[in-house]
Amino acid sequence: MKFSFSGEQEEFRSNLRRFLTDRAPTKEVRRLMETDVGWEGAGWRALNAELGLTAVRIPEAYGGHGFGFGEHCIVLEEMGRSLLCAPYFATTVLAAGAILNAGTEGQKQALLPGIASGDTIATLASTEASGSWEAAATTLTATPSGASYRLNGHKSFVLDGHTADLIVVLARAPGTTGEAGLSFFTVAGHAAGLSRRALKVMDPTRKLARLEFQDVEASLLGEADAAAAPFNRTMTEAAVCLANEMVGGAERLREDALAYAMMRMQFGRPIASFQSMKHKQADMLLEVELAKSAAYYAAAALDDGDADVAATASLAKACASDTYMQTAIHAIQIHGGIGFTWDNDTHLWFKRAKSSEVLFGDASHHRELMMRNWAA
Amino acid sequence: MSENTEASVRAEVRAWLEANWNPELGLVEWRNKLVDSGWGVPHWPKAWYGRELSAGLIPVVDEEFQRIGAIGVAKAGIRTLAAATILAHGTDLQKEKFLRRSLTGEDTWCQLFSEPGSGSDVAGAVTRAELRGNQWVVNGQKVWTTSAHHAHWGLLLARTDWDKAKHKGLSYFIIDMHQPGVTVQPLRQMNGHASFNQVFLTDALVQPEFLVADVGDGWAVTTTTLMHERRGADSLRSWAMGSDRPGRAYDEERAEIATTMEPYKWYPQRAGRVDLILPRARETGAIDDPVMRQEIAKLLVMSKSAEWTARRARTAQEQGRPQGPEGSLGKLVSSYIARAAARLHTQMSGANAMLTGEDSPMGGVIAEIFVSVPATSIAGGTDEIQRNIIAERVLKMPREPSVDTIKPFRDVPRNVVA
Ligand SMILES: Cc1cc2nc3c(=O)[nH]c(=O)nc-3n(C[C@H](O)[C@H](O)[C@H](O)COP(=O)(O)OP(=O)(O)OC[C@H]3O[C@@H](n4cnc5c(N)ncnc54)[C@H](O)[C@@H]3O)c2cc1C
Repeated sequence: MKFSFSGEQEEFRSNLRRFLTDRAPTKEVRRLMETDVGWEGAGWRALNAELGLTAVRIPEAYGGHGFGFGEHCIVLEEMGRSLLCAPYFATTVLAAGAILNAGTEGQKQALLPGIASGDTIATLASTEASGSWEAAATTLTATPSGASYRLNGHKSFVLDGHTADLIVVLARAPGTTGEAGLSFFTVAGHAAGLSRRALKVMDPTRKLARLEFQDVEASLLGEADAAAAPFNRTMTEAAVCLANEMVGGAERLREDALAYAMMRMQFGRPIASFQSMKHKQADMLLEVELAKSAAYYAAAALDDGDADVAATASLAKACASDTYMQTAIHAIQIHGGIGFTWDNDTHLWFKRAKSSEVLFGDASHHRELMMRNWAA
Repeated sequence: MSENTEASVRAEVRAWLEANWNPELGLVEWRNKLVDSGWGVPHWPKAWYGRELSAGLIPVVDEEFQRIGAIGVAKAGIRTLAAATILAHGTDLQKEKFLRRSLTGEDTWCQLFSEPGSGSDVAGAVTRAELRGNQWVVNGQKVWTTSAHHAHWGLLLARTDWDKAKHKGLSYFIIDMHQPGVTVQPLRQMNGHASFNQVFLTDALVQPEFLVADVGDGWAVTTTTLMHERRGADSLRSWAMGSDRPGRAYDEERAEIATTMEPYKWYPQRAGRVDLILPRARETGAIDDPVMRQEIAKLLVMSKSAEWTARRARTAQEQGRPQGPEGSLGKLVSSYIARAAARLHTQMSGANAMLTGEDSPMGGVIAEIFVSVPATSIAGGTDEIQRNIIAERVLKMPREPSVDTIKPFRDVPRNVVA
């Protein structure tokens, strides 16, 4: 296992940070978060034209750069830090992940180059209104119809689901239960019979949609009735990627709160000189560094093909969830009254911390998954 | 002094309410009657609309109001703090002019203490008041002023002497908010509401008779206001929710809640809505989850014991004994309760915690709890300041060496505010 970043990786990170500081300042985040779509084509194209970010982890055979999770997670960490509004996670982690894990060679050839080039916005629709993150909770059905299938049912909490061109859908054969009978399908965003609605989100920097399927024509992705394993694998990857995104946000909050405390005077001295402020900052540093270590370790475990990676992924997600939220609570508190205002940026990360904590299962959910792996 | 017992008070207030309560009266007309009867603020002095009833008997009076559905005097908001402060420090003229109209709800108030450069350090205020001719002329800026956009009057802390030490150069005024020198600009909060404001004071005027206490005594008066604010933050606080009954007085109360009380609409959410924890636990099934049950139980242990601590403090007060430490803890524990409740509410909501508005649980109430609770540990004095007060005043732990209270205020380092 590798415990440090290489010189190239560090350089990649600093280029990326400069790019995002420049292109995604909070003024831009605030502008995009107020829109229904949540992102803009021009910004998205720049990400790919200038830095090739959607291609990072797509293998070279499918038009990508062929890097590992180590590099992909650097991108996500920096995006979490800047709160970039883009369908990046949905496209490169969820949809590309499901296609890589489940698709046939021909399907990868057909679908991945568009994602690598940034031309295809894609997502994964697995969760339904029940809010369960488990494959077994799927109720949306797929019925064979000639060479293709017809989907009926609904999906909810679909990341960027209202704007994606390509939707990977988890569905089950009628009459099946549990993890049996599950298959992945691909559906065009504008397919007939598919209605999509943006949900009202608490964290406006992360858009979610509800999708209704009425006899929607769909193509099977990968093998029929065998989606459970690749889905679970995709969720493990998603937990690791999200944990990395989250520690980027947590560290940004910690640094901003520290800078504010150094500058703000009360009682004739900087508030940073009060011992209770110092202790809070020290605790924040400790928690954020632990969460970063867990997130980095889990990314390396994915690249190394570590057998224990499902447990490690859950550990990282649980750790990042508690840390990000706690850091955000401290950050608002350190800012005092100004931290409670709309114009101060802290609440943007505070809300992102909560949506990230909940997405793909909260800390207790992941602690339980970890224990199931380790207690067995 | 007559012997007031629970039974005698209950009988007396019940008889009075039965003879006088009439939902078809106008709200102000009814509250004026109430003020005259002494049942509106029965713990107040007899000379000023009260009956000098001990604090322990107040719940009996409240119960009788609830039993018959009678509306009480205007109780929520800064006007309560204004009334308590004026009662303690005001002149007879000020009491005459302001107390009754605060109780009837005709006057709405705001608290002009915090400034861009001084919040925790309220005594670091740099808004200046100067006596020019026969008037006080005020210049400066206040911030986070809840309800300033509805207020007729403001409780103003301003500096009148820059050569004295920090706490000695302050004075306390009642300022007319409806004058050309006062400009109010709403500030949007992270929960989307705009209940607080920036207030710009540019040659704003205060008549000399609206100085509260003496010049240079502003800090003592401020402390009274803050003490009432912090006491009020304990877990016994309840917010007027209005009633859905028919009747003119109810209609007018509903209108009051929708207008002058509108800034406080989210206040129940900011306290964490512990009342919704068990109903939501049943609705979401969290009640059957052993881990969640433990978390819910921990919160209920804390909120119940906090409620009983507040009652102990009240009882001590009612028996005329000095308040023990329990009186200082309510505000701090209310922050812990609010935070724990917000966490549980979002946790119980699962994926739905990512939503807001009509797409989300209880039409947005759960989301509003989450984005409002951070105010609890800041407004009215931060948790850190409450801990300092408890440590230094209650526990008598040594104070930190002071760098700002010993020299003339004009020499004290402070924030540069644009
Ligand atoms: C919803 C809401 C409503 C409000 N309504 C009003 C109102 O109507 N009128 C009014 O006048 N004000 C109002 N306020 C302002 C409130 O009183 C102040 O925000 C609060 O006192 C903190 O001051 P500040 O914002 O300047 O933060 P600061 O004082 O700058 O505090 C920043 C951080 O430093 C910490 N800190 C400061 N001093 C110390 C110390 N000695 N030791 C340890 N830590 C310290 C604080 O705890 C905080 O974490 C309101 C605030 C809110 C959030």
